[in-house]
Amino acid sequence: MFVPCDRGGGSAAPDFKGFTLLMPAVSVGNVGQLAIDLVISTLDMTKVGYFYTDCLVPMVGNNPYATAEENSMELSINAEVYSLPSKKLVVLQIRSPFIKNKYRPFCETLLSWVKSSKCARVVLLSSSHAYQRDDEQLLGTPLRYLLTPDLEKAVGGRMKELNWKEMEKVAAYPGINNTDKVLHIPGGGITKLLFTESCSEGIQMAVLLKFCSEGDNIPDAFVLVNYLNEWLQLIKSEVSTVWSKWKIPSSWRLLFGNGLPPALF
Amino acid sequence: MATFFGEVVVAPSRAGLDEEEEAREETPEDREIRREIEKKRYRRRGRLRLEIRAREVDVLWTCAEQPLVCSRFIVAIGRNAAAFLSSFILDSVCWEVVGVVKLWNEWCRTSSTTNVLPTDSFCLFYRLIADPTVLLCQCSCYVAEDQQFQWLEKVFGSMQKKGLQVTILSTCPVADYKTQESTLTLVSPFLRALKTKEFQEQVCCPLLEQPNIVRDLPAA
Repeated sequence: MFVPCDRGGGSAAPDFKGFTLLMPAVSVGNVGQLAIDLVISTLDMTKVGYFYTDCLVPMVGNNPYATAEENSMELSINAEVYSLPSKKLVVLQIRSPFIKNKYRPFCETLLSWVKSSKCARVVLLSSSHAYQRDDEQLLGTPLRYLLTPDLEKAVGGRMKELNWKEMEKVAAYPGINNTDKVLHIPGGGITKLLFTESCSEGIQMAVLLKFCSEGDNIPDAFVLVNYLNEWLQLIKSEVSTVWSKWKIPSSWRLLFGNGLPPALF
Repeated sequence: MATFFGEVVVAPSRAGLDEEEEAREETPEDREIRREIEKKRYRRRGRLRLEIRAREVDVLWTCAEQPLVCSRFIVAIGRNAAAFLSSFILDSVCWEVVGVVKLWNEWCRTSSTTNVLPTDSFCLFYRLIADPTVLLCQCSCYVAEDQQFQWLEKVFGSMQKKGLQVTILSTCPVADYKTQESTLTLVSPFLRALKTKEFQEQVCCPLLEQPNIVRDLPAA
């Protein structure tokens, strides 16, 4: 699945032992993916490889994080891996939707790669439909977290210190039987599947998600990436607002269409 | 999401299908229903005719030499690009048909015949008679997203690559081109290119600017 970039000189495949794998779920508003774009762009991460997979719709373009003519010509595809060894961080960015019936194969292959590359933990950025919140969830913070039992032992205390809210379980049969509770993440794409598989495989995984709706999801991405930063401290956050510290990539231009024809006015 | 007329509609998510809708496990009840439907179909028709939608992609090579040695592979995807090759490159004197792709999807069906009309949906492979390592593909049919990887693996899997250079020709609507100015004022048609870093030759047009992307079979 993982194909390392050919950096020339017969360099060995990158080593991710002990690294934190940060990745998005393709979910409502594409918030996780936008947040990952901010992380890669701000930390100026180096591409170290890609996923060769038949599970995602193919796409290709030029470098989405280009800052100048010289670095704008590198091809970029639908699933690429970036790394920042100084922070022991490896990031997977997914740029296209899943092909029908390919969710499970992708999750299985991904978790198998996580185990073989000996990543210490996985952090999944995701989102869920805001309109499906219950009365209690409508109040307070729209941000939630989930931890697999293995990671709960390691960082559960930190989440309590940060005063974070764990994602609530909902009744499996609302109105009929309110005692059986299940995890329900509508609009979350592969979030629930990846989380439940990680629980059963003993993988340390954290899910950070935001309730949101489709629309201009750039503010949602900033909120989610700042939430992530409260925990992982990827960038310094001593200033009360860290909005300006995240670098928007050049590929975010024209998200809502082209310029208007002058003849319209 | 509320529309202008006050009705509430569920907006399709850019994120695609909700995984929970798609990966729902078949319950025992679902299995029973499916079995009953299959039994009724059998009784009604008198013989078992399974309506299995085959999404397999078959590549049928008509030449004897396998695998094909290939140094140059030109792929024209879509009706416009296929028509370009028909008009300016292909002829029966210099090129011979060496293969055909047979596939079915909701948008089109191709057959194994190599005798096609320009209005048909087809995917044919040609070889330059003067240099048999030069291959050309005209793909006017739509290859669905779950078939693109298969197409790729089967076509390239049949080739013995010898310093292979691949050129992909394709078209996109001007309305899809992302630019600061309005596309109404753009002079079209115009060319853009993407290239791998291994491609060292001069490109005949500007490179595709961000945030534009290419998708489907040309991207694959």
